[in-house]
Amino acid sequence: MSTSFRMDAPYPRVLDRTAQGVIHRPLDRPEGPLKVTGRATYAAEQALEGQVEGVLVRATVARGRVTGMNDALVRAMPGVLGVFADARFLRNPAQGGAGEAPVQGSTEVFYHGQPVALVVAETFEQARHGAAALALRYEEAEAQLDPETAESVDRPDKRKLDQGDLDAAMADAHAKVDVTYTTPPHHSAAMELHASVAEWTGDRLTLHGSFQMLKYNKAELADALGIPRERVRILSPYVGGGFGSKLGISPEAVAAAIAAHELGRPVRVVMTRQQVFGMTTHRTSTRQRMRLAADAEGHLTAVGHEDRVYNLPGESFSEPTAQSTHFLYSGVNRRLGQEVARVNRTCAGSVRAPGEAVGMLALEGAMDELAHELGLDPIAFRKRNIPDRHPEKDIPYSARRFADCMDEGARLFGWDARNPTPGQLHDGEWLIGHGMAAAARVNMVSASQARVILRPEGTALVETDMTDIGTGTYAILGQIAAEMLGLPIAAVEVRLGDTDLPPAAGSGGSHGASSAGSSVFVACESLRTTLAERLGCAPDDLTLKDGIATGANRRAKFAELLSDGALSEEGHFEPGRTKKEVSQASYGAFFAEVGVNRITGETRVRRMLGTFAAGRILNEKTARSQCQGGMIWGIGAALTEELAFDPRDGHVVNQDLAEYHLPVNLDCPQIEVQLLEERDDMACPIQSKGIGELGISGAGAAVVNAIYNATGARVRDYPATLDKILGGLDD
Amino acid sequence: MRMELLVNGDRHALDLDPRTTLLDALRDHLGLTGSKKGCDHGQCGACTVLLNGRRINACLTLAAMHHGDEITTIEGIGSPDALHPLQAAFVTHDGYQCGYCTPGQIVSAAAMLEEARAGWPSHVSVTLDGPVELTDAEISERMSGNLCRCAAYTGINTAIREAAEKTNGDEVPE
Repeated sequence: MSTSFRMDAPYPRVLDRTAQGVIHRPLDRPEGPLKVTGRATYAAEQALEGQVEGVLVRATVARGRVTGMNDALVRAMPGVLGVFADARFLRNPAQGGAGEAPVQGSTEVFYHGQPVALVVAETFEQARHGAAALALRYEEAEAQLDPETAESVDRPDKRKLDQGDLDAAMADAHAKVDVTYTTPPHHSAAMELHASVAEWTGDRLTLHGSFQMLKYNKAELADALGIPRERVRILSPYVGGGFGSKLGISPEAVAAAIAAHELGRPVRVVMTRQQVFGMTTHRTSTRQRMRLAADAEGHLTAVGHEDRVYNLPGESFSEPTAQSTHFLYSGVNRRLGQEVARVNRTCAGSVRAPGEAVGMLALEGAMDELAHELGLDPIAFRKRNIPDRHPEKDIPYSARRFADCMDEGARLFGWDARNPTPGQLHDGEWLIGHGMAAAARVNMVSASQARVILRPEGTALVETDMTDIGTGTYAILGQIAAEMLGLPIAAVEVRLGDTDLPPAAGSGGSHGASSAGSSVFVACESLRTTLAERLGCAPDDLTLKDGIATGANRRAKFAELLSDGALSEEGHFEPGRTKKEVSQASYGAFFAEVGVNRITGETRVRRMLGTFAAGRILNEKTARSQCQGGMIWGIGAALTEELAFDPRDGHVVNQDLAEYHLPVNLDCPQIEVQLLEERDDMACPIQSKGIGELGISGAGAAVVNAIYNATGARVRDYPATLDKILGGLDD
Repeated sequence: MRMELLVNGDRHALDLDPRTTLLDALRDHLGLTGSKKGCDHGQCGACTVLLNGRRINACLTLAAMHHGDEITTIEGIGSPDALHPLQAAFVTHDGYQCGYCTPGQIVSAAAMLEEARAGWPSHVSVTLDGPVELTDAEISERMSGNLCRCAAYTGINTAIREAAEKTNGDEVPE
């Protein structure tokens, strides 16, 4: 049986009146013992009968054609089983949610680092040696390497908005800023290397991979290989981090599948760390012109946010840089727009919080600048500009505790005690500063399905092809089912990451918990109705707790109600009218205290606090971890992370973890997170909103605003490395 | 070439390509996939194992160099049914998210606590001749060779502190 639910209107807050008491609680992840003992197995960790090893070979020119290779020599090397180059190879990973193959081919080269061949051998050492020995010949062509001077530039209509008269409002402003912020290319750099193990059984392919959105990945892989989807199964029960880089099917998966088919043996292909940096998707750099104008009372009269980003030719994705600028603050005169330069660099795609992660750095920096111009406290200025209705669409907002987040965070952080004048606080050779920024991330839901099986012995099984990329899916889906069905948490098993299970939304865009969670909820609502009927009470009178149903003065164990066997129900959830009728987002506020060394210009984050409201919090522990992690991504964006492309040939220069500086333990203080109670009735039937990306959306701006407060140096070119701060320090 | 590895107390006779790293020997030839490959260059710490009680990156050394050495991997630290106090504390304090760097963090932490107890100084130590007070900065500095992109450092540090208090004076399991 299956039940469908479309989110057209608010649904009763069922989870507020259920009796089990496990929803929201900070329960441990059920898969935790496997992870901490090394027993959770990730994509590469297969040992299939006859399995052999493949190593990808990358192009070393940015544009041109492969005209030949010394594959005969490599084929003769010890252990080498084959050298593969194929028209079905992927130029780059698919974009999130594509559902079809990206540009394919192994002959035409579009960027330095593009995978163009695969060497397969009996052992990894032999394959690696063969790959290193494979020499490619090219016919080179002129490449476009600089997004500022690229010949081809698109201006997408969907990013254009011109409302009122921005120029006139700027001219008439009491106070204004017209500044340009830049953010560098940025990489997900998940800890687990992208890996695939492909095995064919007849004409059916099983792929052990590391992916975020399996129903799309299955379609992408089938399309790339030219076979029906029904013959593809993907398994990703554990994913060692994704952050966008594992949204779409990736080159190693298709190469492994092609080689495995040809050789009749399972083939494993694991990217090297250098290949991950140079062959998977990354976030574009951005150049963002911010124009803000305000009247004498500090009300915004103009908001301008125009940006330039880049991507490969033929890629429809562009960073939605100004995504939150559309709805966060008031101001009737508005101009937003985007230029997309076409360059020969690795593919640009979604990295954690596409849009807000970089757009909020510029917006919240500019807001801090304008508050300073106006002589207003940054929080007071922001609160003065919280719109009553969406300033462009003229629709209401759903639950929005934005002001509460700023007030609560300020109280906890001790914001009132800060000195608003820059450069006043000293601690030895350190200049101390405090900064804040808003957090905002659009809320989305997507179609998602799950099956819930309730057994007479008082246990349940949740099955969906949803993934857990560290986000806590195993925990929260179990909690929703346990809460709805009145079962102890240990009585619920959750199976994920297998495309043979009902297709889910996948993990991306912070929509996973609400979408997949709602599908589990829908299935459980139907099961509750069945139990109520069998008990002989109205569904609203039913109470389920610890495997016992009570209602209408009756009481029964599940074993009695399920005497003819287990119940199986599929829940189908899909977005509906509330998606368009209201503006939905998760909100928060960041507070940072930094020390800037007056001699070296080095910045250390001393304290950091985030206060967030994201609808119902499904698991207080995993939600907190998501926010902490996101805030540390903000520290990385603010201070250290920058993917560098060589201006001569377009190769990724810092393609390893020693040169690409993600935050390490000592870079981070113990991160404080406060989660406010909220229900968003317009978001989904479990009243939750996305939280996985909220923690990064604006976090870096709080750090850089704190640097300004510490030093008086306003850094608009992220990351705020010491060279950019030193020039602004007094001697 | 033939070699013998002593891993988690068990002897294994292996015949491997001499280029095989200790990490690949553990993962691909002994089925001990708890030690993770995150960079293969000694930059991330996901492959941390104990070599004669001291932490090393298993990707930076060849298996053939360790004939007769005592190697402890995450599988030798504890099991799902019998968690080591560090492992239990990582679960309690959510000292992970995706779980990929986690075995390396835990093995590294086990050795790190012994180093601190032995009075080894770190970059942030106030004195060079100990004893070491396990401040937040000491834990963070000593664990900075283990990257976590999920950035679960707050939970990791809380877990290590709790486990350190519980296991004070105990030996690291071999």
